[in-house]
Amino acid sequence: MSQQTIAPDGEQAPPQPPPRARGRAGDSSPARSFSRGFLVKLALVAIVNALALYGLLTAISVQQWALAASMVVAIVAVNWAYFSRRALAAKYLLPGLAFLFVYVIFTACYTAYVAFTNYGDGHNSTKQDAIEAILAQNEQRVEGSQAYPLAVVSQDGELGFAVVRDGQAEVGTAEQPLEPADGATVEGDRVTALPGWDVLDFAAVAGQQDAIVALRVPVSDEAADGSLRTQDASTAYVYESVLEYDAAADTMTDTSTGVVYTPDDHGSFRADDGTALTPGWKVTVGFENFTRAFTDERLRGPFVEVFLWTFAFALLSVLTTFVLGLFLAVVFNDPRVRGRKVLRSLLILPYAFPAFLSALVWKGMLNESSGFVNEVLLRGADVGWLTDPWLAKGSIIAVNLWLGFPYMFLVCTGALQSIPGDVLESARMDGASAWRVQRSIVLPLLMVSVAPLLVASFAFNFNNFALIYMLTGGGPNFVGTPVVVGHTDILISMVYSVAFESGLKQYGFASALSILIFIVVGAISWWGFRRTRRLEEL
Amino acid sequence: MRRSIPALAAVLGLAMTLTACSSGGSGDTDADATTEPTTAESTAPALTGTLTMWVDETRIDVMKPIVQEFQDETGVKVDLVQKASGDIRTDFVSQVPTGQGPDVIIGAHDWTGEFVNNGVVAPIQLGDVADQFSPSAVQAFTYDGQVYGSPYAIENIALVRNNELVPETKATTFDELIAEGKAAGTKYSVLLQQGDQGDAYHMYPLQTSFDAPIFTQDETGSYTTELGLGGENGDAFAEYLAKLADEKVLDPAIGGDQAKAAFEKGESPYIITGPWYTTAFSEAGMDISVLPVPSAGGSEAKPFVGVQGAFISAKSENPVLANEFVVNFLTTEKVQTELYEAGGRLPALKAAAAKVDDPILAGFNEAGATGAPMPSIPEMGAMWQFWGTTEVQIIGGQAKDPVAAWNTMVDNMQDAVDKA
Repeated sequence: MSQQTIAPDGEQAPPQPPPRARGRAGDSSPARSFSRGFLVKLALVAIVNALALYGLLTAISVQQWALAASMVVAIVAVNWAYFSRRALAAKYLLPGLAFLFVYVIFTACYTAYVAFTNYGDGHNSTKQDAIEAILAQNEQRVEGSQAYPLAVVSQDGELGFAVVRDGQAEVGTAEQPLEPADGATVEGDRVTALPGWDVLDFAAVAGQQDAIVALRVPVSDEAADGSLRTQDASTAYVYESVLEYDAAADTMTDTSTGVVYTPDDHGSFRADDGTALTPGWKVTVGFENFTRAFTDERLRGPFVEVFLWTFAFALLSVLTTFVLGLFLAVVFNDPRVRGRKVLRSLLILPYAFPAFLSALVWKGMLNESSGFVNEVLLRGADVGWLTDPWLAKGSIIAVNLWLGFPYMFLVCTGALQSIPGDVLESARMDGASAWRVQRSIVLPLLMVSVAPLLVASFAFNFNNFALIYMLTGGGPNFVGTPVVVGHTDILISMVYSVAFESGLKQYGFASALSILIFIVVGAISWWGFRRTRRLEEL
Repeated sequence: MRRSIPALAAVLGLAMTLTACSSGGSGDTDADATTEPTTAESTAPALTGTLTMWVDETRIDVMKPIVQEFQDETGVKVDLVQKASGDIRTDFVSQVPTGQGPDVIIGAHDWTGEFVNNGVVAPIQLGDVADQFSPSAVQAFTYDGQVYGSPYAIENIALVRNNELVPETKATTFDELIAEGKAAGTKYSVLLQQGDQGDAYHMYPLQTSFDAPIFTQDETGSYTTELGLGGENGDAFAEYLAKLADEKVLDPAIGGDQAKAAFEKGESPYIITGPWYTTAFSEAGMDISVLPVPSAGGSEAKPFVGVQGAFISAKSENPVLANEFVVNFLTTEKVQTELYEAGGRLPALKAAAAKVDDPILAGFNEAGATGAPMPSIPEMGAMWQFWGTTEVQIIGGQAKDPVAAWNTMVDNMQDAVDKA
């Protein structure tokens, strides 16, 4: 306030650009100074708000309340963070937090949620959808009933159907069963004009499709006679529904047999004799998916073998790629090798190919009768690279070695170059042999930086689904097992095979199994990282 | 209620735009007001809606001109979306409940069971047109007494002969056919693709000739959930498989690509395959004939018949337009003929099929005349893996006792059906 009185008034004060003076004079909130930066911010926040608002309305329209709530939180958070003066730190943290939430926390929580439901084939939507689908599937055209050319008509906004029955034009609405209509103009079998009613043209029909398709005009006062309905607004048929839904009792009743279907705790309408109506809907089933992993005897047979192979595969993959990568890195790190840059670039080449593509190419090359390896390299040999259980396992390790060593090579090359030259030099001065230098100095120093990456590589290979799926598809399969899994299946590809390829898709079960795998991988990684920390103490 | 909110949002948005316009200047609003009625009048009959349709890459080229024609005729704009054939079916099942799915999806009849089981397709009413289709085509899309798809093309596998190597086929049994093939002196006698996961589809004509269908059919031709491939007939087929493997007719290393390449190189006079490969053979200038597959087990060899068609989403917001396209447009003789000319598959409509004079397609038609539609019941999904795996294990020799392996497979299949 006192500043205002000192405001440049006299001639001795240095001339200042007026907007700045005003800004400094009032309070310093950017919300009150319309600088260019503020306008940019306003525009950006407006865009974010608009998108979030759109998301909110969409979420509400599909009744996803959790999503809607998170949208509201997002809108509030964004506006508070960027317009409040007290939220300086939040301005920088918010984008990161938002991405963390969307990509990590939301996905993890959703997977966990799905793991506790029976989401999958036959139970993939809400109860309301299931009821609608069951009713639609069980409304059948009365056998031998006629097809009626139809005119959709309206009167004071109420829709009706006009048809010609037994030579007589008739009209009716949802409330009013068909009754003779006088003075109707009929062309062919179709009513084209009706006094007191508007006959809708195609454009008008297209405008209220839902209402027309949902309209049922009773044929007579007797409900058993069925009702007239249409799907294309030009032909009507007499339908009768086999099932009726009683909203108050929440039951489905078969009108012909009298059987009552009541909702069970697994998201289906079920009769007393155990028969269920399809589709069902998604419900929470508790720990059922988790316990099933241990109690389903069909899974028990090949499980131990798959479990052991998963560990063997992940360990061998890390070991082979690391040994080869390290060896090449050491060799090409030696200044006496000529053309190191070119050779190094060539070595990284396999790394530049998409892994799944390479796996497919290798699959072709390893084909028993027409593959490149047998036909050309082995001159027409008949080696079942992918059909013999042990050779298939060997092939997988070999192909993964080809795919994975460039990464280890890169990592080791980088780590080698970070080892200070004077340490190596002093070792040599002390008379250590080249082998001794490698073993006692280079390797321990290298492991400090590389060991965490080896743990990560183990975790990656533990779930290396793409390679297995593309190269062998898990095959060759075990003979006669009650679930179709093979000698080269690892846990994650076994989950895929059981939950998706065995006919019915079971998202809930797959989520539960992947959470179990995550726990295993997480525990191993945790243990591994703790071990690697000890290396740093050297 | 649910649909009213986007509508509300749209109205709000519109209102805001209008307010923005009016504040912008009075001249603009005047112009709007004068042009509005005229545009409404002129566009009303021409453009009356938009349909979204999903097609996979194998069928999209066939559909493009048809969709354009529909658009020209009715003024309904069709938004053709290409989906990958590996994902289209799964995406449809998962997206329809969220309201993100299409109005119409083009696909194969054996998707019906899964779609109905998930409540994502709406039943359609073919009405009197139903009688004009070949019965197996409509039956293929029928599930629990309701029709869910409008068929447009039929395809099945048959025996294809290279006329340059063998000009005439006298064989009446599969064994005689192998003998004929061997007499031709080529590398293979008969090509029957397998691959390392097995191929029960291409093997099915031989299996049915032993009277061992995958599921039994009731008197109306609908599939029951009762397995039909067990018992003595199944045992006999399992032994026959082992015999064919001994004779080197079947080989797990020969998948579809390998079989096709070998036939094109003239390494075999016979191949059992479908129209998807014969177009390539004809284009390569080969002289081929298409014949029914000879019986191996004494009964008729019945291949699976696959039917292509259109489904309507259970949550379509344009049910009338979708029905107009699927039921009233796609079933006309003109459109079915055009689809045949573009796609090279036998039309499902009898009148259009009668006009087909291509001898290759006629051969497929004859071979498929006795065939049964592939089962569309959801239980079928669990069968393929057991089936192909066991067959390839018998052929490859991993299963030492073919009959025991076959019976274990039947037990496992039964178990899968019971737990489904």
